[in-house]
Amino acid sequence: MQKRLVGTFAAAGLILAGCVTINIYFPAAAAEKAADKIIDEVWQLKQDAKPAKPAGENTGETKGDVK
Amino acid sequence: MNAMKNLFWVLLLAFASSALAAADLEVNTPAISTIKASMQARHNKLAPFYASGAVGLTRDGNVAVRDASLAPLAERQSMNAAVADENRDRAALYREIALANNHPEWEAEVRSTFAQRWIDKAAGGWWVQNAGGAWIKK
Repeated sequence: MQKRLVGTFAAAGLILAGCVTINIYFPAAAAEKAADKIIDEVWQLKQDAKPAKPAGENTGETKGDVK
Repeated sequence: MNAMKNLFWVLLLAFASSALAAADLEVNTPAISTIKASMQARHNKLAPFYASGAVGLTRDGNVAVRDASLAPLAERQSMNAAVADENRDRAALYREIALANNHPEWEAEVRSTFAQRWIDKAAGGWWVQNAGGAWIKK
């Protein structure tokens, strides 16, 4: 029982680690999302929604939006 | 045994969330923040030139002087300097994003993604380049 569980652990770990590392293709959707976030910051496009906030806080909030 | 099972689920969740995180591009490095801040500060300088049409957004993710005669004579020199600085920052931004994700070869794709998004997000009245390189007014 114990052995089987360890085996399951190892298998699950390997599979999931595989998902994380095999990322050789350009993640277009993620790049668009990242670009939008940076452009909003540089052009201060979300300014009216939260006017007097310092840039630091702003970054934190947009990061939250991204998930 | 139950504790073991719980641990399994905790680990599974941890792995799953790291897998999800990998779906996002890393854009929160000190180098990127510095470039962003510099571009943000420069935007106030460039915005009037975008609005007047003196400067436009190119299809390759840069900015370019489109028609210098639309800018007041006294400001042309600083406009040119701001455009050059902006393009230097943009090149660095694209490169740093690719590097932050351990894929320096992604730089060109990062650039083309940004090029499209800058143009899509440009305000009405600004000039942008279409796919053929012709200037159009949004």
